[in-house]
Amino acid sequence: MDRVKGVELTGAEIVVRCLQEEGVEYVFGYPGGAVLFIYDELFKQDKVKHVLVRHEQGAAHAADDYSRSSNKVGVCLVTSGPGVTNAVTGIATAYMDSIPMVILTGQVPTAAIGLDAFQEVDAVGITRPCVKHNFLVKNVKDLAGTIKKAFYLAQTGRPGPVLVDIPKDVTMQSCEFAYPETVAMRSYNPVRKGHPGQVRKAAQLLLGAQRPMIYTGGGVILSDAAKPLGEIVRLLGFPCTSTLMGLGGYPASDPQFLGMLGMHGTYEANMAMQNCDVLLAIGARFDDRVIGNPAHFAQNPRKIIHIDIDPSSISKRVRVDVPIVGHVPDVLQDLIKLLSAEGGKPDIAPWWKQIGEWRARDCLKYDRNSKIIKPQFVIEKLYEVTRGDAFVTSDVGQHQMWAAQFYKFEKPRRWINSGGLGTMGFGLPAAMGVQLVNPGATVACVTGESSIQMCLQELSTCKQYRLPIKIVNLNNKYMGMVRQWQQFFHGNRYSESYMDALPDFVKLAEGYGHRGVLIDKPADVEPALRDAFKRKDELVFMDFLTDQTENVYPMVPGGKGISEMILAEDL
Amino acid sequence: MSRHIISILLENEAGALSRVSGLFSARAYNIESLTVAPTEDPSMSRMTIVTTGSEDVVEQITKQLNKLVEVVKVVDLSEAEHIEREMMLIKVRAGAKEREDMKRMADIFRARVIDVSDNTYTIELTGDGRKLDAFIQALDQSAILETVRTGASGIGRGNRILRV
Ligand SMILES: Cc1ncc(C[n+]2csc(CCOP(=O)(O)OP(=O)(O)O)c2C)c(N)n1
Repeated sequence: MDRVKGVELTGAEIVVRCLQEEGVEYVFGYPGGAVLFIYDELFKQDKVKHVLVRHEQGAAHAADDYSRSSNKVGVCLVTSGPGVTNAVTGIATAYMDSIPMVILTGQVPTAAIGLDAFQEVDAVGITRPCVKHNFLVKNVKDLAGTIKKAFYLAQTGRPGPVLVDIPKDVTMQSCEFAYPETVAMRSYNPVRKGHPGQVRKAAQLLLGAQRPMIYTGGGVILSDAAKPLGEIVRLLGFPCTSTLMGLGGYPASDPQFLGMLGMHGTYEANMAMQNCDVLLAIGARFDDRVIGNPAHFAQNPRKIIHIDIDPSSISKRVRVDVPIVGHVPDVLQDLIKLLSAEGGKPDIAPWWKQIGEWRARDCLKYDRNSKIIKPQFVIEKLYEVTRGDAFVTSDVGQHQMWAAQFYKFEKPRRWINSGGLGTMGFGLPAAMGVQLVNPGATVACVTGESSIQMCLQELSTCKQYRLPIKIVNLNNKYMGMVRQWQQFFHGNRYSESYMDALPDFVKLAEGYGHRGVLIDKPADVEPALRDAFKRKDELVFMDFLTDQTENVYPMVPGGKGISEMILAEDL
Repeated sequence: MSRHIISILLENEAGALSRVSGLFSARAYNIESLTVAPTEDPSMSRMTIVTTGSEDVVEQITKQLNKLVEVVKVVDLSEAEHIEREMMLIKVRAGAKEREDMKRMADIFRARVIDVSDNTYTIELTGDGRKLDAFIQALDQSAILETVRTGASGIGRGNRILRV
């Protein structure tokens, strides 16, 4: 590196130089006392651009989604104390979905640590359970090396957020700057290549399957494995399903795709998952929203092959027969080589026939002739109008599930949602990150009137940075998902799930300098969407008044097995 | 549910201990005891954790420990032949009446009296946990003034070696 002998940089200069060395384009942040020296250095250069959010939660989400839609490491910068605590929700969101991200936090001066100083919180302690790793830098000499490690840890192995806590005095002290080119850590050496013996066993099982199923998760997206996944699915001719986090990993319009599985998965995907004899799990983790009750899942005998970068994801909730630890694309390539050499797809015609019967239940049907706007209809139109090519972010609730079910994602990194933590308030800041990393791209934020109010202040950020996001607000005046559970499992007692005193979203959008539209008739849905997506330079807030009583089907009640679904027709 | 003794080599860095203990509380794993100290290489610590859990849980524990960035190596010692030792310091009442008895009891257990005052003995005893328990049981309970135990440390037998 361009080490300049004798020339010393301050800690604050070093921080900015490190970001430049990492090729960071954008930092999402919010200033405060402990990071003023860093902000001063940001001011003096223009390689690293700063995006000023309106709340640190927004900074963390935006950095996270910058990463989700691009696989670059998102960076967020916040001050000590409340800056950190505000960011925690965003950090935990990224952690649950294994998103590579670096969070730089200011800290009170080293001499003040532990003395309950103004705006002091133990950032390393508070975030320990929701980061892949974190550091407190006590000496300016360690700063560059620590930041290098943070970027390295964030994006290797199973990715995740890494936090670097920097006391204010460290940003003022100086030392020579040298950015290390490599990182070597004896305690951290993620495996990439799958064990050849295990890969061979997997190939044999797959070729002998009669009722096979391929189940893919977020790991496919995170490791950029869509291409080898497509190859292997077609090579074998097997049915394929995906978790909420894996959508787009395999093209949704392909006949071999059975749709999403899990709590709100399709009938065919859940039935095939339960009844298969050989299951190939790829970058997925058998979580409770996916397989429901593990004891029920285990009732049907099947052989499970599980490919994952993280050994602790394997045999955590479900016992696996052939574990393969490794980088998903590498393992899939090895598997493809073996399978192609063997040649020939197993004949699974009877299984496809069975799947066809399950498909014929048409589990996602809804009333297309409704006089009230059906939320599913809005998503279908959104798909048509954007030709299936938008980046879609979402918040959390019914609207999220409808977006996942009805927007057919063809490509990876197009569907951006908080699947692990389920963070309301995620959608809008997420869309900001996505739009910044993909300027000119079509970005839609599918949200609900409750979720959008959780990070609403970011409408101001969108104005400042001219982010032409299209907000699709499915306004049912309820925390719809909560209301649905209360209807099904709490005797229709809608305790605190009605959203009273809603703002006039049109005026609200206008107040922030955007365009707002209210849509209350099915016939207006498509024209409103067409008009909005024509406006390339404007943020448009579309407030769709939708059916207040609509529910998400199918639904697997909590604690039940995945084949024990409630279907629309059952009610 | 069975008892496992897990050995960990980890970077001797501030915060590494809380990462391990935090992992156990966050994931609701049991800790019976935990000991840690630097090794012959001062940049590395060796930790011994005694835990109980089903085979599945213990498998998860070792995997989760391995996932911690500062953890270099993890071994479940209970999977093979190993030795376990714990040290206890116990202060007992030892006035003129009790002295002789106490000393005899300590000898039986191969414990050593390491501090003496007019009316107390401090006794040091090393062994596995059961031996320490047995010693406590053998004493007149009202004579026990204070006990402090280190928790178990463990090492594999013979050529079973844990190092980088
Ligand atoms: C921060 C946060 N608080 C609470 C919840 C629990 N929760 C899950 S869905 C939901 C309702 C969301 O309502 P809305 O945004 O209107 O979406 P809808 O379900 O009506 O589509 C709530 C409160 C959550 N996921 N996140």
